[in-house]
Amino acid sequence: MPVMVGIVSYGSYVPYRRLKRSAIGAVLGTPAGKGERAIASFDEDSVSMAVEAVRDALKAAPPGDVQALIFATTTPPYAEKLSAAVIGAAAMLPAEIRASDMTGSVRAGLSALLQGADAIGGGAKRALVAIGDCRLAAPEGKAEQTSGDGAVAFVLGSEGVIAEIEASASLTREFLDSWRAQGERFSHSWEERFTLTQAHSPLLGTVIKNVLEKAKVAPGDLSKVILDAPNARAADEIARALKIDPAKLSDSFALTVGQTGAAHAGLMLAAALPSAKPGDRILVATVADGADAILLRVTPANAGFKPVRSVGRMIESKGDVSYASYLKWREILPTEPPRRPDPDRPAGPPMMRSEKWKFGFVGSRCTNCGTPQLPPQLVCVKCHQRGKMEPYGFADRTAKIATYAIDRLAYSLNPPTVNVVIDFAGGGRFVCEMTDCEPDKVAIGDEIEMTFRRLFTAAGVNNYFWKARPRR
Amino acid sequence: MASKGIKDRVAIVGMGCTKFGELWDKGTDDLLVDAAYQAFESAGIEPNDVDAYWLGTMASGISGLTLSEPLKIQYKPVTRVENMCATGSEALRQACYAVASGAFDVAMAIGVEKLKDSGYSGLVINNPPNDGTEGSMTAPASFSLLAPAYFKKYGLDPDKGKDVLTRIAWKNHKNGAKNPKAQFQKEVSLETIKNSPKIADPLGIMDCSGVSDGSAAAIVVRAEDAHKYCKNPIYIKALSFIAGPAEGPLSQDYDFTTFSEVVASAKDAYAQAGITNPREQISMAEVHDCFTPTELVLYEDFGFSPRGTAWQDVMDGFFDLEGKLPVNPDGGLKSFGHPIGASGLRMMYEMWLQIRGEAGPRQIKNPKLGLTHNLGGAPGRCVSFVSVVGSQVG
Repeated sequence: MPVMVGIVSYGSYVPYRRLKRSAIGAVLGTPAGKGERAIASFDEDSVSMAVEAVRDALKAAPPGDVQALIFATTTPPYAEKLSAAVIGAAAMLPAEIRASDMTGSVRAGLSALLQGADAIGGGAKRALVAIGDCRLAAPEGKAEQTSGDGAVAFVLGSEGVIAEIEASASLTREFLDSWRAQGERFSHSWEERFTLTQAHSPLLGTVIKNVLEKAKVAPGDLSKVILDAPNARAADEIARALKIDPAKLSDSFALTVGQTGAAHAGLMLAAALPSAKPGDRILVATVADGADAILLRVTPANAGFKPVRSVGRMIESKGDVSYASYLKWREILPTEPPRRPDPDRPAGPPMMRSEKWKFGFVGSRCTNCGTPQLPPQLVCVKCHQRGKMEPYGFADRTAKIATYAIDRLAYSLNPPTVNVVIDFAGGGRFVCEMTDCEPDKVAIGDEIEMTFRRLFTAAGVNNYFWKARPRR
Repeated sequence: MASKGIKDRVAIVGMGCTKFGELWDKGTDDLLVDAAYQAFESAGIEPNDVDAYWLGTMASGISGLTLSEPLKIQYKPVTRVENMCATGSEALRQACYAVASGAFDVAMAIGVEKLKDSGYSGLVINNPPNDGTEGSMTAPASFSLLAPAYFKKYGLDPDKGKDVLTRIAWKNHKNGAKNPKAQFQKEVSLETIKNSPKIADPLGIMDCSGVSDGSAAAIVVRAEDAHKYCKNPIYIKALSFIAGPAEGPLSQDYDFTTFSEVVASAKDAYAQAGITNPREQISMAEVHDCFTPTELVLYEDFGFSPRGTAWQDVMDGFFDLEGKLPVNPDGGLKSFGHPIGASGLRMMYEMWLQIRGEAGPRQIKNPKLGLTHNLGGAPGRCVSFVSVVGSQVG
């Protein structure tokens, strides 16, 4: 009997900032769009957002060895260098895993999910699929309005499955739809009528027909239908053709988040799972350079599963960003450089030596006096004994602000820089930057949590480390 | 094992100090030669009479050649030292110990910093290669951490606290207005200081010391030889220097209302000098007023004010030039700026002038004991230097 392959756990991430579409129109003199879209902060990228989703997914997952890690995105921070390795280090995964990046198409998200499922079918205990996207769009274009930033992660396995992958279907076609050459910042797309009538609609229709036939399931048997298409009309047409009750169509978060690239189908799935009943069938399909469709059957275990943070909670937790700040964050609007030297490129050997600290935020705890401390120390800060340290993780602990500084002098794409001295519950103090906060609201005693960020990029090296943020 | 000190064994018999400021027409060599020759002349000696040199600079040169080359020092030892913002004081400390040891008869301590040539605002420090996890807080931000912590601990309304900080800056500028060597020689109104643009809340630009170039130098001899060089030398009563364990950023015990390193170095210096009641015994002090909250906290760390009360002393004018214990009578870092390697010796230069009665409009009546202090680093993680000097042996 073939093993049951499916989703064991998941986590999602929607960045804190929102750009109101009317704010774009107000600056550019274009018609005011409706709703808002999620904006990755100046210190986030597809990898750092994926790490946030991965942390929640692993926290909610029952114990089990992850043996495969796949990261999907259309916006990898490096053209050459494995992003999955950063995610693995931040998630404290062991070295003994297979890891790869999938990119080149927004379809990469579902492709990664299917590849993770194949790994489980091939005998891996657990596969971790991390999907994050931070797509850049040219000002005044449609994509600037419709895109959003976000991430999602799935832990796949054969035990403790909450949603079984019952069937899948894929199609691949070569056609000119959306493209971006090496070195280009913004994507181009072909004229919409062509892609809608000749590619998106027929491909989506065919891939859904194929997956339902494989599983011998009628459209009417579906409880939830998640259609992720670059053109919303393609999804509408298919839903009508298959006579799917509009109530069963998942919200595409067009007014709240925007289309999150490779992460979007997964994000919609993560939003649909909490309310799904045992036996429910969920169809997920996405179209780009072909199409992928996955049919999931919800198991009784889903009732006992609770995501660390639901998609809804991430959408509700938000603060506005001005269009001007957004343009600066993305360096679409060049700004005067500070009269300060550029930050130093972090160096290879020290980064390798401190991998667990830098990426995993693992400090130390003195086994003599019990004092947790960070960064990891050689001699105890409290009892001054040498060599009594054991690793002690701080990434998932909360802390309170002991004092703070609002730095208006430091160069930042988002001034002023807020620095906080934080005291961790259970011991340990750290001084770091605080992000996703309103500077005039920071106060001694506020509770914070840690978040994985890209501090800066110097000489082509992305410097990832941790910051504090108000609890979300 | 103890810090015994060298009380009354060493004296300063000559000093020099350049004007501090944005000295676009002077390089490091100009500043060094100017300060050194002022000191030679002040002590009535020739360059060749100096047996050994200690040069303090943080980033304006490396090695003793930075000094020996422009001065054409003829085959003598020149040691370049660096200890962050205490660099100039560290040069003096080393020169004093060398003379006290008997190894040399005459030594020079000289400090210099040329900050305005970099094209950057503020100090530029080249860090060793690192893993990219160390914070990059600016100096004003890291010292501004003191303000909310102090205000909260002692129940000071933030508005009232801002008034206290403002008055510290006002006092230092008032003193600096009387000093022809200061970078800023103008009084600044309380209103201007209080409303200056925010740099690191609650600090405005006028809560910060300036950025300047400058150099200062001292000639050091054994106390018994002092009168061979001058009529009224100043005597070293205490020299203390501490590099802290940097536990503040690591330990929840540290509350950002004190510099533990300063408390320890003050205790050491007072023991060396035999001071038991600093509020009464110290005639004047030059402390490291890099930012206004620093000076506020230092008053308490030095025992000039009991804990939680320094802000009251500030408002009462206790530390004013006409007050009971004038602090930064020369105008401080606030009026001089902070050319790192020079500042500690610039502070000593004010002691030299005051004790000898040469401070002109700033003259304090009959000062007996003076204190100088530098700190380098940030609250919770710093180095601290304290000296006590006096007009008499004993």
